Amino acid sequence: MKLHEYTISQLHELIRKREVSVPELARYMLNRIEKLDSKFECYITVTEKQAMEQAESVQKMIDEGSLNSPLAGIPMGIKDNICTKGILTTCASRMLSNFVPPYDATVVKRLYSNGAILLGKLNMDEFAMGSSTESSYFKKTKNPWNTERVPGGSSGGSAAAVAAGEAIYTLGSDTGGSIRQPASFCGCVGLKPTYGLVSRFGLVAYASSFDQIGPLTKTVTDCALVLNAIAGHDPMDLTSSRRERPDYTKALVNDVKGMKIGVPREFIADSVQREVRDAVLNAVKVFSNLGAECEEISIPIMDYVVPTYYIIALAEASSNLARYDGVKFGYRAANPKDMLDFCMRSRSEGFGTEVKRRILLGTYALSSGYYDAYYKKALKARTIITREFNKAFEKYDIIIGPVSPTTAYKIGEKINNPVQMYMEDVFTAPVNIAGLPAISIPCGFDQQSLPIGLQIIGKRFDEPTIIRAAYTFEQNTDFHKAKPKIDE
Amino acid sequence: MEYEAVIGLEVHAELSTKSKIFCSCTTEFGGQPNTHCCPVCLGMPGTLPVLNRKAVEYTIKAGLATNCTISYFTKQDRKNYFYPDLPKGYQISQYDLPLCKNGYIEIETENGKKKIRINRIHLEEDAGKLVHSEYGYYSYVDYNRTGVPLIEIVSEPDISSAAEAKAYLEKLKAILQFIGVSDCKMEEGSLRADVNISIRPKGSKELGERTEMKNLNSFRAVYRAIEAEIARQIEVVKSGGTIERETRRWDDARGESYPMRSKEDAQDYRYFPEPDLPPLIIKEELVERLKKELPELPDARKQRYMMEYGLPEYDAGVLTSSKELSDFFEEAAKVSNNIKAISNWVMGDMLRILNERNLEVSQIPFPPAYLAKLVALLDKGVINGPTAKKVFEDMFDSGKDPEVIVKEQGLEVLNDESILLQVVEKVIEENPNSVADYKKGKKKAIGFLVGQAMKATKGKANPQLLNELLIKKLEE
Ligand SMILES: [Zn+2]
Repeated sequence: MKLHEYTISQLHELIRKREVSVPELARYMLNRIEKLDSKFECYITVTEKQAMEQAESVQKMIDEGSLNSPLAGIPMGIKDNICTKGILTTCASRMLSNFVPPYDATVVKRLYSNGAILLGKLNMDEFAMGSSTESSYFKKTKNPWNTERVPGGSSGGSAAAVAAGEAIYTLGSDTGGSIRQPASFCGCVGLKPTYGLVSRFGLVAYASSFDQIGPLTKTVTDCALVLNAIAGHDPMDLTSSRRERPDYTKALVNDVKGMKIGVPREFIADSVQREVRDAVLNAVKVFSNLGAECEEISIPIMDYVVPTYYIIALAEASSNLARYDGVKFGYRAANPKDMLDFCMRSRSEGFGTEVKRRILLGTYALSSGYYDAYYKKALKARTIITREFNKAFEKYDIIIGPVSPTTAYKIGEKINNPVQMYMEDVFTAPVNIAGLPAISIPCGFDQQSLPIGLQIIGKRFDEPTIIRAAYTFEQNTDFHKAKPKIDE
Repeated sequence: MEYEAVIGLEVHAELSTKSKIFCSCTTEFGGQPNTHCCPVCLGMPGTLPVLNRKAVEYTIKAGLATNCTISYFTKQDRKNYFYPDLPKGYQISQYDLPLCKNGYIEIETENGKKKIRINRIHLEEDAGKLVHSEYGYYSYVDYNRTGVPLIEIVSEPDISSAAEAKAYLEKLKAILQFIGVSDCKMEEGSLRADVNISIRPKGSKELGERTEMKNLNSFRAVYRAIEAEIARQIEVVKSGGTIERETRRWDDARGESYPMRSKEDAQDYRYFPEPDLPPLIIKEELVERLKKELPELPDARKQRYMMEYGLPEYDAGVLTSSKELSDFFEEAAKVSNNIKAISNWVMGDMLRILNERNLEVSQIPFPPAYLAKLVALLDKGVINGPTAKKVFEDMFDSGKDPEVIVKEQGLEVLNDESILLQVVEKVIEENPNSVADYKKGKKKAIGFLVGQAMKATKGKANPQLLNELLIKKLEE
């Protein structure tokens, strides 16, 4: 087996037993990126020099015995909307194409203190707006399972890098499904934690009340390991929870006996691609066979999910992106006539189509005269959707369903149809609306051999239960073992 | 037809917290441009605000001191607008749930006391400052002020004249200073007012269309701007025109205002709840604690001065118009048994000298007890009145103890009879003509002789004693 195919826990063993050194591993991964990335275009920035320096110093600390985190020495990549001190952080936008933050995001600090090795910054949809990573200013990431297909989005670079073995694990961000959907398209594990579990400090905001950082990994075990490192209260983020972080590896238990599982009938409607539906129904069978109690339920508000999500998210986005006016950092239009021209042209030229579309929609939803009809109503709908899910969780431990109605589609297929693209989020967005945790794990393949993801949704802060369910499913199936065929 | 004015004030006061509202940068005034900044207050991508507790407590204190109701559930909102000095492209403020609402303060008017209602007090962050280059081609931005905590105090339109507006502002300033939440330095922009003005036929209940005058930063400007705007509006209406809803800018140098923007291009701020900050739940214990911490407020102190010291209402009012002045007076009064004299000195010579020398009370170089000493020296007859005034001026130069000044310069009143007698004898000897006049019955001649004697003692002689000795000698 090649080093890039190992999981975090396997590599940790190799490093511990001195079968591979941290610098060797980092060099191996950097070489692989150099060889493969022109094909998949996962990275916007590769931090070769910093990675090798980090690797040397982490190896030294391991040798001294001062660092024994399971993440020590493991090479990873970070979505390019998570700030890294001294390293270009572009949000895949022309607007921030020269932005080098003077600070690290809290999650980055935490990974560094665990001895993680940063390989580079990963491609994404511009400002995390999109479901296909086609709206990046720099490049279009390809799905490693089929390079004519999108990797999903917006964390497309993060998911593709894990699938292609260009990183052992990565961090993404999930506002309406941006970790789970690409994880599902690329056949890896992706977790969107409970809102408030992981600090947002240093995450360039898209929609503040939905955004959450989470890991993309090869296995559920790796997912628990990374979550252990990044979760926990941060005084720099007042929306981060003060509750004690459990050891998520304790939830890696192969047992779902007696677990109550709800399967919303709205999640397996006819509009869902048949193979996706079949894979989800098969998962239900797997869980039932393992002793879980699965029941069909109804969450009747599904029609309101996408509009509610988009109104609130875009309203917040229009405000969060107001700071990019060409004044302080980022892209600045040349030779402006006056202040207004300066501001307007910097924004017109600095932002891509999808970002501009969303800013306009969000501005409209908040503007006087439309506020009550759109934004205020959406807030009410948000309360109702949250209540519906909480009601379901009074009876069920987890809710399962598909991540996306389809498998990875062709590059260019939906990019000119925003509404169709937005409908991609129908099963993932309610989780963000209600602030719940959810994981995507591989649960099958379609006829084109494209991966299908199973979504497991849990109660607020009940990551342990979804990790246990996901782990049990993984231990009793082989879907996660399949790898994309990559010509090297 | 007679018109009356309806005026409401929106006052911004900078809170005197040590650090900014959402980060730990200093709020200190001045400093090189862009040196009091960090990624958070610059609104750099990925940064998040962390609310300063002290700023919330100060706002609640301001609310309690102005008889407001404190909201136990409140939140912050985003006010969205583009301006180069606004780093995030929005200002974090409070919209529909301000921290304090429905209060009032009392002012003195020509017709007695009047309550001015306060609609709300809310907490928000300040923006930066644009610096335009001299020849107009470039503009620079200084973000030192961004994120300095402000409270906005919005009055109801209960004010009817420029004089009332000024009295309201002075009272508000005194209250904020007394409770220590703002230093209210208008020249540093830590207190500034927007004024809404409309007129209506006297006695009418309806409100006329109003105009707004922004960023007035002195009492004088507020007063003059209101006077001018009332006159302008009456003029417009009398000549058959109508008042347009607009924002006007006051030019204090020219003494006139001109339109800035009209209702048509009124901003749509697109307020919505700030998602980066959870709602604020104010605990009752906190409000109770802050209530206990409130010091004596200006009105209460004024009453006390009248009751305890027996000062006239006017004196008590002047002395409590500013905390520093009042504290100075009180410190001096504590160690004096001639409180009326202390009050006279503070209101008279002290304010005059401060004014002449353009000094703040805080810049007085000597402690209040020295004023009490000066009064005592005068009362004991150690020095006389004109000398006391001179010594007081000296105290402002040197900061020295008045006793030391008197001793060093030998300013004591000359009471020694044997010395005075020698002087008298010398004067009689040197002015035989005047002595002869006196003896002929020209009693007025005594005046000249006293003058000569005073001159000989360089003004230090006790004039009473001198007079007595002279008459006694001449009558011998
Ligand atoms: Zn700061």
